[in-house]
Amino acid sequence: MTAFLDVKDLRIHFPTDDGLVRSVDGLTFALERGKTLGIVGESGSGKSVTSLGILGLHKGGKAKLSGEIWLDGEELVGASADHVRGLRGKKMAMIFQDPLSAMHPYYTVGDQIVEAYRIHNDVSKKVARKHAIDMLGRVGIPTPDSRVDDYPHQFSGGMRQRAMIAMALSCDPELLIADEPTTALDVTVQAQILDLMRDLQREFNSALIIITHDLGVVAELSDDILVMYGGKCVEYGSAETVFYHPEHPYTWGLLGSMPRLDRERTERLMPIKGSPPSLINVPPGCAFHPRCPHAARTEGRSQTEVPELLKSGPGHLVRCHMAPEERKQLWESEIKPMLETT
Amino acid sequence: MRRKALTTATAGLTLAMALAACAGTPTQTPGQGQSAPASSGASGAAEVADAAVGKIYNPSDKKGGTLKMANTADWDSLDPGNTYYGYALNFARLYGRSLLMFKSAPGPDGNTLVPDLAESLGKSSDDAKTWTYKLRSGIKFEDGTPVTSKDVAYAVARQFDKEVHPNGPSYLNALLDWPKGYKGAYKSKDADISSAVETPDDSTIVFHLKEPFGLFDYIVQMPMTMPVPKDKDTGTKYQEHIISTGPYKFEKNEIGKGFTMVRNENWDPATDPNRPALPDRIEVQTGVNADDLDNRLISGDVQIAVDGLGIGNAALPKVLPDPALKARTDNPVQQRTWYTSIIPDVPPLDNVECRRAIAFAADRSSLFRAYGGETGGITASAMIPPSLAGHKEIDLYKSPDDKGDVEKAKAALAKCGQPNGFETNISYRTERTKEKAAAESLQQSLARVGIKLTLKPYPQDDYFALYAGKPSYVKENKIGLAINGWGSDYPDTYGFMQAIMDSRDIREAGNYNLSVKFPEIDKIIDQIKAEPDAAKRAELWSQIDHMVIDQAVVMPSVYGKALYMRGKGLTNVFISDSQQMYDYVGLGVQQ
Amino acid sequence: MVTYIIRRVIGALAMLLIVSIVTFGIFFLVPRLAGATPEAFAARYVGRGASMDTIKLVAERLGFYDPVIVQYGRFLKGIVLGTEYNTGAGVEHCPAPCFGYSFINQQPVWPSLMDRSRVTLSLGIGAAVLWLLGGVATGVLSALRRGSFFDRAAMGIALAGVSLPIFFTGMISLSVFSYGLGWTAPGGAWVDVTIDPLQWAYNLLLPWITLALLFAATYARLTRAGMLETMGEDYIRTARAKGLLERRVVVKHGLRAALTPIVTVFGLDFGLLLGGAVLTETTFSLNGLGKFSVDAIKNNDLPAVMGVTLLAALFVVVANLVVDLLYAVVDPRVRLS
Repeated sequence: MTAFLDVKDLRIHFPTDDGLVRSVDGLTFALERGKTLGIVGESGSGKSVTSLGILGLHKGGKAKLSGEIWLDGEELVGASADHVRGLRGKKMAMIFQDPLSAMHPYYTVGDQIVEAYRIHNDVSKKVARKHAIDMLGRVGIPTPDSRVDDYPHQFSGGMRQRAMIAMALSCDPELLIADEPTTALDVTVQAQILDLMRDLQREFNSALIIITHDLGVVAELSDDILVMYGGKCVEYGSAETVFYHPEHPYTWGLLGSMPRLDRERTERLMPIKGSPPSLINVPPGCAFHPRCPHAARTEGRSQTEVPELLKSGPGHLVRCHMAPEERKQLWESEIKPMLETT
Repeated sequence: MRRKALTTATAGLTLAMALAACAGTPTQTPGQGQSAPASSGASGAAEVADAAVGKIYNPSDKKGGTLKMANTADWDSLDPGNTYYGYALNFARLYGRSLLMFKSAPGPDGNTLVPDLAESLGKSSDDAKTWTYKLRSGIKFEDGTPVTSKDVAYAVARQFDKEVHPNGPSYLNALLDWPKGYKGAYKSKDADISSAVETPDDSTIVFHLKEPFGLFDYIVQMPMTMPVPKDKDTGTKYQEHIISTGPYKFEKNEIGKGFTMVRNENWDPATDPNRPALPDRIEVQTGVNADDLDNRLISGDVQIAVDGLGIGNAALPKVLPDPALKARTDNPVQQRTWYTSIIPDVPPLDNVECRRAIAFAADRSSLFRAYGGETGGITASAMIPPSLAGHKEIDLYKSPDDKGDVEKAKAALAKCGQPNGFETNISYRTERTKEKAAAESLQQSLARVGIKLTLKPYPQDDYFALYAGKPSYVKENKIGLAINGWGSDYPDTYGFMQAIMDSRDIREAGNYNLSVKFPEIDKIIDQIKAEPDAAKRAELWSQIDHMVIDQAVVMPSVYGKALYMRGKGLTNVFISDSQQMYDYVGLGVQQ
Repeated sequence: MVTYIIRRVIGALAMLLIVSIVTFGIFFLVPRLAGATPEAFAARYVGRGASMDTIKLVAERLGFYDPVIVQYGRFLKGIVLGTEYNTGAGVEHCPAPCFGYSFINQQPVWPSLMDRSRVTLSLGIGAAVLWLLGGVATGVLSALRRGSFFDRAAMGIALAGVSLPIFFTGMISLSVFSYGLGWTAPGGAWVDVTIDPLQWAYNLLLPWITLALLFAATYARLTRAGMLETMGEDYIRTARAKGLLERRVVVKHGLRAALTPIVTVFGLDFGLLLGGAVLTETTFSLNGLGKFSVDAIKNNDLPAVMGVTLLAALFVVVANLVVDLLYAVVDPRVRLS
């Protein structure tokens, strides 16, 4: 018995002139209906590639996929492009970041929702239009019957994101992937959108994957959190675990660089030093070691040996050379107090 | 390079009117026109080069078919009172009948004047000042109205108005004794013109000349005497609806695009011994791309290039090496001389020895090639071309292989006081590749004796009006040499030479005579006008020719030849000496 | 929007006025300044060997003795109010817009222009359809199969198409297809579309292809570049994520956006078509505006030159206006902001 969505050892590699880009390198996770998974990582960590991979949008391109993606008992990696296309929009849908560029500038919002609906539902334009207005109303757009004929650029950012959500939800997808759904929005609107998504998820009982670089976003919604770095999962656990008992130095870094509403503006963020690794020449050993302030504690292993993703507690997986006790102690004694005081 | 399709006109009308004592003795003996070809029903004659030069190619009297013609440009006007292009004069005979016409016959025979509207050639008074023509009976306009002498008189009076009809020749304006202040049929509507033209009855027309003019028959063969019905004359618009008297009338005429002609039912062959009128229909397209036209001639889509300019440069390399195509060409020598004017107004060319140095140094074999070699012309040593009376080769500057005589040139330069040569400019018409090649040839050959030429190209439309033909410009810009060319207007030496030899005609601008300014020559021209004996006139022309060559004010390069192509499916094709191109009256279509 | 259009129309009229002044200046004033006398002007419109009297009469008739500004005023007046024309045998009224009568063949210029426009428009529209379809299709396929043999071959041909002059391709294709194989109509073939549409198309096929080849190349390259850009846009990914068929993604979402710059360029190209038409019409002996303008300039037929220049300018100005309006239709962002 597998989960509703079961991803096993997913690898997505892109051959380029400069070498093989290992965007996703052995990712495994599972998600049930009605549950939410947050995938967190910096840009280039492979999280967006993962979502596109699940949707089958790499098919026919240059990407080389291996591993397994099981959706509701169907394996998708080996399935035909056309079959996966039929599932797209209907069984699984996606909400993209920056709806201004993700929506076609030349078609009205209504047209774009109608199009999405009619691909999978054999209905007249009129019916589809009604449905589109209905959907716009459900995502909280006022006077949807007039806004339906507006173009994306006539919407405000938040409205646009709502419209995007309406489009994604138009066919009642069972799996919804939201890629940075709030990044382009200002903070108050962010909260509204997140509320909306939570409400809608409950209503539709769909499985939701939220992809973001912002731990704050997933904190509000997620049941589980997967932290990605260099195409690999470095920490996995329930939202509570990852937030309150994180054990990977990268997760600590993310927490440190997270702006919080409850912090004062003058407070200093603690960004992670350095930049994300090249996915062509992934650093040997632990991919994070060049940026890891604790790399010295591993007696050089971090530079030569790729750490395994190992169980650290119930439902908690961490990929680090440091011993679990050492990590826990570090967190409790050094990192946590620092995050709280600064 | 296609030339602008003007026949070169004898410019100096003030003089033309005189030709004083020629007393009605034209150079050619009139012969009764009988141009119907001998054999009939020939089906596809063998294609041979020059088959239509001096003889008839594929003779036939079979009627029917459509003759397809095309023109690279457009008529100056189809109006017989307003046209002067050579091909237009040739062509006008298809839709109009003038008092006389050139016989439609090959070679020299085609140079004969025959009566057309008139019963016979003109009868002149003893002093050659009054010319009388009697009209044939039974000639009608296309609408059935009979043609009377009054229609001819009206045609002459209407063309007088050069404001309305500026294109046509003004011979009749200059020759006839018009009343003072006469402004033509439009502006002087009720003027009495009997001092110039009289119509004592409907079939007689009498011309009164100011001064004697022996060659008047040559004038009335031009389209100006084609009758125009007064009530149908619409001035500048008459060209759109011409009332035909010839075998063909206009069915549809779109000025600027083309026209079609069909048989004129009111043309009675019994009144017209000159025109076989073989095709049933004639289609003419104007404004056709020259290169395309040549291709269409080759393919057979068009049968005649009506402008009579010959095959263009682009098609030559295709036609000449191909025996099958070459066999369809005719390459007649024309009454045209390509030459260089050496202008004495520009020092040091005011010294005859400096001019001679140029004539000695020029490489004439190279000039021959510049003008197109074999098919372009034959090397010339005199101005008068071979088919005109008075032609003699003048070998004053002969050199081995025609390559020029450097030694003699240097000696002449020394006599001129310029032993190391000098610098001057040479003008030519930009658009004309052959003239450019000629100028470059001279530049090279003259450089051998230290004469440095700078090339000065000018646009051909303004060449004579603003540049080489304008003495003040020539002096200011030191144009010592000017590439030039001249063709006869009608086949007589006078028609060829007078305009380029008579210094009294030189105007402020627009001259074709750029360098011949000798009072002695002017005197001989007067003498020629007074000379009744054709042989003596020819002798006097030779004298003039010799003088200008000896004085080196002109330097002939070649007598021009044209290269024509016979379209496919034509019968009865020939080149007449009068038209110097295919005779359009004779043409028929293979049935 | 209405004020915008009014403003544009006024601007267009001003532009036409300037064009007319410049053209008039080039053909009437500059030669004067260079020392040409009224007689030198008139000498172009008489037969060779015409006497000075004839030349003076013609100069008088054509108004060359008047100051240039007066001549220009007369020209403008003719356009606005019409003018009288003396045929010698009578007086004819030339209704507005009267661009005068040809100095060469005495035909009124405006009707000639209208008549010739039919040929040029036939040529232009047919060629435009071909080059748009051909160019855009090639560009799309090239972009989708970037780097493939097809892409390389198409872009190679496109380069050649842009580089080869019409009189070369035209003459070659005429001599091969019309005169050699006899597949297509010979040069100069023309039937109005209202008389025989099939023959019309058959006659124009070769000129269309020749002219289209020149432009299609540009459009193929333009489309290819545009498609490469738009197919990488986020909204294409969105369209795919909806589960759209790839064909529909390409055409409805990709091409639609890539077409915007093509519409712009197309409008301008169509306005400037006269330039291409000059060569095509000359090569194929078609009596359109292009050939008309060549003949007019060659013959110094000043009224004809003025007429065709202004018409061409009008063409360009209108095309520009249409492009701007069309742009708003194609791109809603322009329309509403």
